[in-house]
Amino acid sequence: MSDLKELFREKAELVAAKVTNIKSMEEAYAYAANYVAEKNPCELLIPSSPSAPQPEFAEEKIMAAPELSDEQYAALAKECEAKGVKLIKDGMRGYMAGIDAGFTIADAGLIETGSIVQQSNGEELRLATMVSEVHVAVLPASKIFEDSIAAEKLLLELMSGVAYTAFITGPSRTADIERTLAIGAHGPLELHILLLED
Amino acid sequence: MHNAENLKEYREDMQEALDNEFLRKSMDAFAVGYRENRAKAFAGIDERALIKKIADCKDYAVKNNAALMKQFTEEAEKRGVHVHQAKDAEEANRIIAEIAKKNNVKKIIKSKSMTSEETLLNHYLEDENLNVVETDLGEWIIQMRHEGPSHMVMPAIHLSRYQVQDLFSKRTGEKLDSDPVKLTKVARRELRRDFADADMGISGANFCVAENGHIGIATNEGNARLTTTAPRIHVAIAGIDKLVPKLTDALTALKALPRNATGQALTSYVTWIGGANECAIGEDEKKEMHIVFLDNGRSKIAEDEMFSQIFRCVRCGACANVCPVYRLVGGHKMGHIYIGAIGLILTYFFHGEEKAKNLVHNCINCGACKSICAGGIDLPGLIKELRARINQDNGMPIETNLLGKVLKNRKLFHSLLRFGKWAQAPMKKGPYLRHLPLMFMKDQGFRSFPSIADKPFRDRFSEIKPMVHNPKHRVALFSGCVQDFVYPEQMEAAVKVMARHNVAIDFPMDQSCCGLPVQMMGEKQATIDVAKQNVDAFEGTNCDYIVTLCASCASHLKEGYAELLENEPGYKAKVERFSAKIIDFSSYAHDVLGVSADDFNKSSEKVAYHASCHLCRELKVVEQPRNLIEMAGDYAPSAEEDVCCGFGGTFTVKFPELSSTLLDKKLTNIEATGAKRLVADCPGCLLHLGGGSNVRNNGIKVTHIAELLAENLK
Repeated sequence: MSDLKELFREKAELVAAKVTNIKSMEEAYAYAANYVAEKNPCELLIPSSPSAPQPEFAEEKIMAAPELSDEQYAALAKECEAKGVKLIKDGMRGYMAGIDAGFTIADAGLIETGSIVQQSNGEELRLATMVSEVHVAVLPASKIFEDSIAAEKLLLELMSGVAYTAFITGPSRTADIERTLAIGAHGPLELHILLLED
Repeated sequence: MHNAENLKEYREDMQEALDNEFLRKSMDAFAVGYRENRAKAFAGIDERALIKKIADCKDYAVKNNAALMKQFTEEAEKRGVHVHQAKDAEEANRIIAEIAKKNNVKKIIKSKSMTSEETLLNHYLEDENLNVVETDLGEWIIQMRHEGPSHMVMPAIHLSRYQVQDLFSKRTGEKLDSDPVKLTKVARRELRRDFADADMGISGANFCVAENGHIGIATNEGNARLTTTAPRIHVAIAGIDKLVPKLTDALTALKALPRNATGQALTSYVTWIGGANECAIGEDEKKEMHIVFLDNGRSKIAEDEMFSQIFRCVRCGACANVCPVYRLVGGHKMGHIYIGAIGLILTYFFHGEEKAKNLVHNCINCGACKSICAGGIDLPGLIKELRARINQDNGMPIETNLLGKVLKNRKLFHSLLRFGKWAQAPMKKGPYLRHLPLMFMKDQGFRSFPSIADKPFRDRFSEIKPMVHNPKHRVALFSGCVQDFVYPEQMEAAVKVMARHNVAIDFPMDQSCCGLPVQMMGEKQATIDVAKQNVDAFEGTNCDYIVTLCASCASHLKEGYAELLENEPGYKAKVERFSAKIIDFSSYAHDVLGVSADDFNKSSEKVAYHASCHLCRELKVVEQPRNLIEMAGDYAPSAEEDVCCGFGGTFTVKFPELSSTLLDKKLTNIEATGAKRLVADCPGCLLHLGGGSNVRNNGIKVTHIAELLAENLK
């Protein structure tokens, strides 16, 4: 198992994901709340008023965690509260200008490409993982596969009905100007993967 | 977009591109960087096996397109998707505009879609007074510049950061920094409101998976995820060729697509959408989702036995990435909407013969695209076939017709070559012609032309034919026209090397030109006629090997003849025997004769090597010539050894500007090694490289590898 974790970490880091080993969900909550508390304020990509200065920064720290169980959400909310971070789980359409972080639990990890698989059927989760500056995803080590083909059965299950499924490989990026790599295009500027020993 | 009326205008376009210094520098850096990145990305992967898998899957999908469409439609409709089929671009655009109007759409955001470029969707929607915003950074840039893409995955690759800086500064009304990272942040900020405000999102689809009605979209920027999430309506447009049976087929193709496109193991996002997902602002909190399948000539191509393989294309753009011509002129000059090698072909089918007739000539037939195509498409072969079809539809140009007629008659052809010896007498200066008659001279001054030899090889052979008793095997030589009449000394050198090894050598006198030059010009019947003539000439020789010193002839004889003659009565078995015996000189000397260092007095001369396209890519002969050079001399590797020298037979006549630029690059790399000797395995390359060196006066002696070996034999 630890081999798979190391192989996954190696590939994910190649695509600029930040990978951290954790032993419990509590560690994940603390990590996320801390990171958001300490990061620079979120840049608001839609001006709050026509006269707002550019760039404009948010005054409060916000994290969204749309699809946690009530229990998980309460635990994360407690950590956030202690750090002065506002935690939300819905209403993402009101935050299109950007938030600090989106917190999710990934459905699978793919070693070959260092990707996470994130079922994104819920709109709140989709937006939370796109308009956030940092996407923090917990990846249970038991869900690491060699590659997408090895994970085919799981993928087909995820896609069995009306579905929206994402492979996410590092933060958003582009090289459209002079082929110069720029991290952070329309999606998150950072992807943090918390590898959970389970 | 390609608008030249004729070849002359098209050549002027070429010159304009060559004069664009930024484009040239940027493309050079890209070509070199891409090769390294791609090699890294494919490390540890059985590339050939992967490509074969993709090709097989796509071939199956083409044959079963109707069934896959039915299955996909059922699965997608089950998931609440409206599936539309459009027979042409106009109908696809109309369907999409109607969806927009019916839903009172004002603003549309788009993620990247080549299919929508193909239908000129943006123009159509704008004419309907809809506000359309491209959100892929490159697409957004070219949309503001009112240009088409110059690359399928990097649409703004032709622009400098300064041009983008000016564009974005104008847009924002402030003076911006030219740093691409900062400019990207500007796009991130400028476009977010559009994502939030748009009523409709339009995306393409890399895959349409029949078994579960899902579409798959690969992007790096995350714009496709936002485009398909934020607005209340999502319309995906896809060619019917994007259908694949199973998810695993799409996953397999995804292993090659980003690696081939940009050298990435995978794009940042792969988005799989199956149906009308949750959408807070939609009716019943559901997204309205449509898929528009575009035919636009595709089902006709699917029935074309030869061209149906173009459905294997995954739109990675790699055929442009490695194309020496694309590297010189960029996508706007090497395509109409689709660019690169596949673009030349797709232009013919999607945008018509008129748009394609000049473009199809701009392939140097170096095979670089074929060697890396994710679907294993025989791109240069198809381009040659298109030339033939266009010629057939329009009547042959007179010079093509004439050459075809001459080549069909070997005696006439050879008489003309012999006559050339006398005709050139007043112009001859050493081994080169001092000046050319005006009709040949135009724009060809960048290299000297060799003179025709006093005595062709066929007349010398009987004098040098070695007498052998109990030979270990029998060889028949195929000389090709250039070595027979221009460079007989190359053939003599080969005979000298072979004579040491107790082999019987024959030279069948009825052999003629291999036929590749007329094939390049699109003269199909003459190509078949000379092929038959050559097969017949060797049929009675009872040889074990047919050795040729010309890589282009070798690849045409070995790879091309079987296909050319497969439907000719009585030739199937004959051509199989013939092709099986064909071997290039380096492979023959190295692998069959087994020459070794012991055969030579290794000289200290530094020797550079040019890897001829048809040898290193078509015949995949890589190690043998380099090992041979090292046995006889001091091998000096040069940069980009396997990039085309710019000859390309008829290409050098049609596009002298491009041909001479490629030659300059090649010779600059060779000169940088300090070697004063350059060898290659192909007389066409040697003619080009030797003539160019003569004009540059660089003191480099250019010879066939056989001559290097013969000189240094013990």
